[in-house]
Amino acid sequence: MSHRFGHMLGIEPLSTDEIVFLLDQSKLFQEIQRHPLKKLATLRGKTVALAFFEPSTRTRISFATAASRLGADQMNLQADSSSLKKGESLLDTVRTLEAMKPDCIVMRHSSSGASDFVARHLPLPVINAGDGTHEHPTQALLDALTIRDRRGTIEGLNVTILGDILHSRVARSDIHLLAKFGCRFTLCGPTMWLPQELECLGPAGTSIRRVTRIAEALEDADVIVTLRVQQERLHEPALALDEYILQYQLTPQRLRLARPDALVLHPGPVIRGHEIDSAVADGPQSCVLEQVTNGVAVRMALLFLMIGSGTDAPTEKDSSHAAD
Amino acid sequence: MLLISNGRVLDPASGADAPRDILLDGDRITAVAPQGQLAARSKGAEIFDAAHLVVAPGFIDLHCHLREPGGESSETIETGTRAAARGGFTAVCPMPNTRPVNDNASVTRSILERASAVSSVRVWPIGAASAGSKGEALAEIAAMKQAGIVAVSDDGRPIASAKLLRQVMDYCRALDLPVIDHCEDSSLFAGAVMREGKQSVRLGLRGMPAATESLAVARDVQIGELTNCRLHIAHLSARASLELVRAARAKGLPVTCEVTPHHFTLTDEDVQYDSCYKMNPPLASREDRDALIAGLIDGTVDAIATDHAPHEPALKDVEFDRAPFGITGFETALALGLDLVYSGRLSLMRLVELFTSGPARVLGMKRRIAENEPGDLTIFSTDHNWTFRAEESASKSRNSPFDGRSFRGAPMATIVAGRIAYRR
Repeated sequence: MSHRFGHMLGIEPLSTDEIVFLLDQSKLFQEIQRHPLKKLATLRGKTVALAFFEPSTRTRISFATAASRLGADQMNLQADSSSLKKGESLLDTVRTLEAMKPDCIVMRHSSSGASDFVARHLPLPVINAGDGTHEHPTQALLDALTIRDRRGTIEGLNVTILGDILHSRVARSDIHLLAKFGCRFTLCGPTMWLPQELECLGPAGTSIRRVTRIAEALEDADVIVTLRVQQERLHEPALALDEYILQYQLTPQRLRLARPDALVLHPGPVIRGHEIDSAVADGPQSCVLEQVTNGVAVRMALLFLMIGSGTDAPTEKDSSHAAD
Repeated sequence: MLLISNGRVLDPASGADAPRDILLDGDRITAVAPQGQLAARSKGAEIFDAAHLVVAPGFIDLHCHLREPGGESSETIETGTRAAARGGFTAVCPMPNTRPVNDNASVTRSILERASAVSSVRVWPIGAASAGSKGEALAEIAAMKQAGIVAVSDDGRPIASAKLLRQVMDYCRALDLPVIDHCEDSSLFAGAVMREGKQSVRLGLRGMPAATESLAVARDVQIGELTNCRLHIAHLSARASLELVRAARAKGLPVTCEVTPHHFTLTDEDVQYDSCYKMNPPLASREDRDALIAGLIDGTVDAIATDHAPHEPALKDVEFDRAPFGITGFETALALGLDLVYSGRLSLMRLVELFTSGPARVLGMKRRIAENEPGDLTIFSTDHNWTFRAEESASKSRNSPFDGRSFRGAPMATIVAGRIAYRR
């Protein structure tokens, strides 16, 4: 089975087949991360434009690394160096980038829907590297890959997400992805970050419950996703941080309430002592660094599938996957 | 002289629905009579054959933005009123949020002078309630009334201070002017770009609850009761607001309200990452939309108003949360209303009332088809099939969520002061 991806704007419209295909493709690139020589020539001559209109370190470096390891050249635009501050519109900025003839644009933006908007106006593949509080599709893919590696499957798991769900694009993309595979969700955090409408995410019939007590949320959890408290995204005065830590920090003691083999995921950056205790972040159940490694593999697979020639196999084995 | 012959004349003020010929001379209606009876009196008159068409009193739009002065790259009085005429409107009420704000008689006069030079339809300006619409001190309301305003409003910048609103209403009560309020509690509104609900959560767009509007309606109604001033609620969008208006009416308070075509047609479920779906108040829930339709039917709603809010592409073609609020509305209003008639929910007579005698009543005027009345008529087809193309609009702007939508029914001629201002 093979799929073409015109844009990658979000997880919500993807089929389970497409997701499985992306994860399988990512496996091939995971192997490359373990090679002493990691660089391929698959995308030689191609150019990836990285347009980050919102500060980002790890996602930008991850995409840049993925592009480099595929042999692609890069154009870099970062918010603080861009002309946005001089009043140029988003459309003019990306049209200027497009005029330099990249093969795709990877973009992050603080406005929900910004990548959809750009995709509608540009004749180029657009990869959403996070748009406002909407989606962060490659994060969900790397989370799924990490879970599948550790648990052997992403089907039918009990997934608990802790924190500011309302303002989290990671939570939305994770829910959209894992719900397609029959996972059940428990969302936990302060009430104002848990609107009832969250229960409507995912395909019809998805089990999503909201709880405010962490002990209840962790019971029977197979996967725990902890979110950073995004103070920069809060329009209203946020909950006092100490109140959040008191009630929702993932501590070793609380983690024992989950299944003994429960995985702990975190999209980063991890703020030790805030949403997660150091002992948990560094513990055997933590997947934080695997997530980072897998992020490069997922992004290599996506770039390869979106702008690769489609005939140039990434590795010696399983080259049939590359053909379309 | 102009003879409108063979039309089906619908006049909500008298309840008449009959084939009639109408003779206009100068800027007035000079005769209304059964078909053929005006032949002798109309010798030499221009004849408009309105066979198979509805002839209604001239439509009035209580709520629009013509952007002149100050926003001419989005709309001018000339282009905006041309679009209004194409929509069947014979009179439009531009809101005062121009640059400069219409908060004094010289701005009012300049708008009216410009209108008399270039406008296709009558322009009845609405003056600001507070100076600069800043919500701090009263605007020069009496002077603006002398210059020709028909109401006051701080539309788009709702009056936050209940005390100032009381002063405005006390003052306008004495001047016999209605106060039109864009009802919004700014603390609940903060940063929102659409209605709070499933769709806002799914899209990750910041939502506001319906209470953002209804809290302000509750306050306004109570201050209205305190002052006994005529209060008109602009672009009402929530069921809770409608219930407050209904209760106020039941108590005999002079409270009226308007609903826009987009609020009785679309819901928040229609919102996409396209700023043509961004307006304030935002598209509401399905339950609210259905309640608005019920209000149109049962008479709680007095008028359909467009809130025509043109924005040039450079302003609107941006990230959803950075785009200004507002969509155009003149040219699609009647057709969207007719959709309610075809689906069997609204009578044609009631629809015409919502465009004519309803808004006239809000302004303390009358609108009817009779001898000596102003020669303003809207002639429309109920079966003409057409497709709205924003790029073909007479407006300078293109920001409509109805671009490409097919309609049944359209204005065929707009007659203002005895002259054909628009003919399809």
